[in-house]
Amino acid sequence: MNTQTSQENTPDGVKRTPLYDLHVDRGGKLVPFAGYSMPIQFPAGIMAEHGHTRSQAGLFDVSHMGQAWLRAPSGVAALMERLVPGEIQRLGVGRMRYTQLLNADGGIIDDLMVTKFEDGNGTEELFIVVNGACKDGDFAHIERELSGDAEFELWPERALIALQGPKAAEALASLIPGVEDMTFMSARKTAYEGHDVIVSRCGYTGEDGYEISIDGSAVTNLAQHLLDLPGVQPIGLGARDSLRLEAGLCLYGNDIDETTSPVEANLVWSIGKRRREEGGFPGAGRVLKELSDGPARVLVGLAPEGRAPARHGAAIQSTEGEDIGIVTSGGFGPTYEGPVAMGYVRAAHAGVGGEVNLIVRGKELPAKIAPLPFVPHNYYRAPKN
Amino acid sequence: MSDVKYSEEHEWIRVEGDVAVIGITDHAQEQLGDVVFIDLPAVGTAVEKGGDAAVVESVKAASDVYAPLTGEIVEVNSALEDDPAKVNADAEGDGWFVKIKIADTSELEGLMDADAYKAFVEAQS
Repeated sequence: MNTQTSQENTPDGVKRTPLYDLHVDRGGKLVPFAGYSMPIQFPAGIMAEHGHTRSQAGLFDVSHMGQAWLRAPSGVAALMERLVPGEIQRLGVGRMRYTQLLNADGGIIDDLMVTKFEDGNGTEELFIVVNGACKDGDFAHIERELSGDAEFELWPERALIALQGPKAAEALASLIPGVEDMTFMSARKTAYEGHDVIVSRCGYTGEDGYEISIDGSAVTNLAQHLLDLPGVQPIGLGARDSLRLEAGLCLYGNDIDETTSPVEANLVWSIGKRRREEGGFPGAGRVLKELSDGPARVLVGLAPEGRAPARHGAAIQSTEGEDIGIVTSGGFGPTYEGPVAMGYVRAAHAGVGGEVNLIVRGKELPAKIAPLPFVPHNYYRAPKN
Repeated sequence: MSDVKYSEEHEWIRVEGDVAVIGITDHAQEQLGDVVFIDLPAVGTAVEKGGDAAVVESVKAASDVYAPLTGEIVEVNSALEDDPAKVNADAEGDGWFVKIKIADTSELEGLMDADAYKAFVEAQS
């Protein structure tokens, strides 16, 4: 019996996920990431892996992410709403939300997915997935804020994989029938070869796809079966980053952090309508004021001219040479076929089409404020009856 | 047959008369991954051994390329502007970066030959 968990420690202090051996077998180039040894790329390389995910299906190991449950005798959704600005109370059972843990100043402690399920007695329970690099702090924060009212249970023995791309539904449905009919941002408890799994139709690439939570002892078997299917290839962290950047999705630690509010980060869509009226979440004072008056700075897309990428940390200047912001994520978009970036600029400069300069190696690189996403999202839309 | 030397910064140097053709090694391009942009110096720029000569942007990151020799840039491979992937396809041929007019031929003595570079790479990995 394999009792290995996603928390396994190695002598050098870098943890391994249960899929470590599979990454090595598939020729993954391993790097330390969020405390884990993770593949940055496989032999195909980042460009090919990126293109494969957009055209077929890519399998990602995201077992470094933190999984947990929040339960309470009643009203667990209202308790969660003390920590996040998302609409959790009116979230349907089997539905999920993207939201943020906020600090008292309205800054983002982490972004996360919250899924509502019901236990055997019909009591609501919340399944929570947070970023790997933030999970210890997040979990301590949730326990501290909700202790006495809710029961918080970590799930360190669980692995998490993502299957993303236009062929993802067909591939996963061949192993777990029925998932092809799931709507975007829905989740279900089901099973694979006797192991319980949680399948969520969501992702971090802009493509259709799923995240699958399964016990660490069973994940290699599931991953191997997925990789045996036509069109499924393993994808590393490098392509994960270029895919999410083209999709205009924030990376915690780069694009959002404890100083940025969800309004500044262009995440207003994730704040529930009722929550905007009622407040009642950390930092509501700042968030509601920014909603009514507009934020001082805002996250925008940036499309540099030519081929040179601008990276995290590059200054953004107006065409008059005034500092107006900073690039928070930047690189090359393989599907966009050009450099892409995101960054914060003063609100007066945030209009799409506006001309700015990015300072790269001391030189001005002309760029335009670009609409996000750079590559259209390709999420699953259920056929209309 | 021309004489190819290698630097510890993973550049190759092919001497043709008083000019050195310079690029990054096949090992270096493999480490960098897909190259998407190369920032080449202007012709006429004076470079110093160990100083900045170019920047290679791969999908992953930006990496500096240092001049392995002191001299003047007399030609750059402008074909890389439109097709930076040449560096991945043929790093030690069509993917050359710059030609430097050598100021001090004694600097060539500190460079490695092919066998020494191979051993250097193996010792690093």
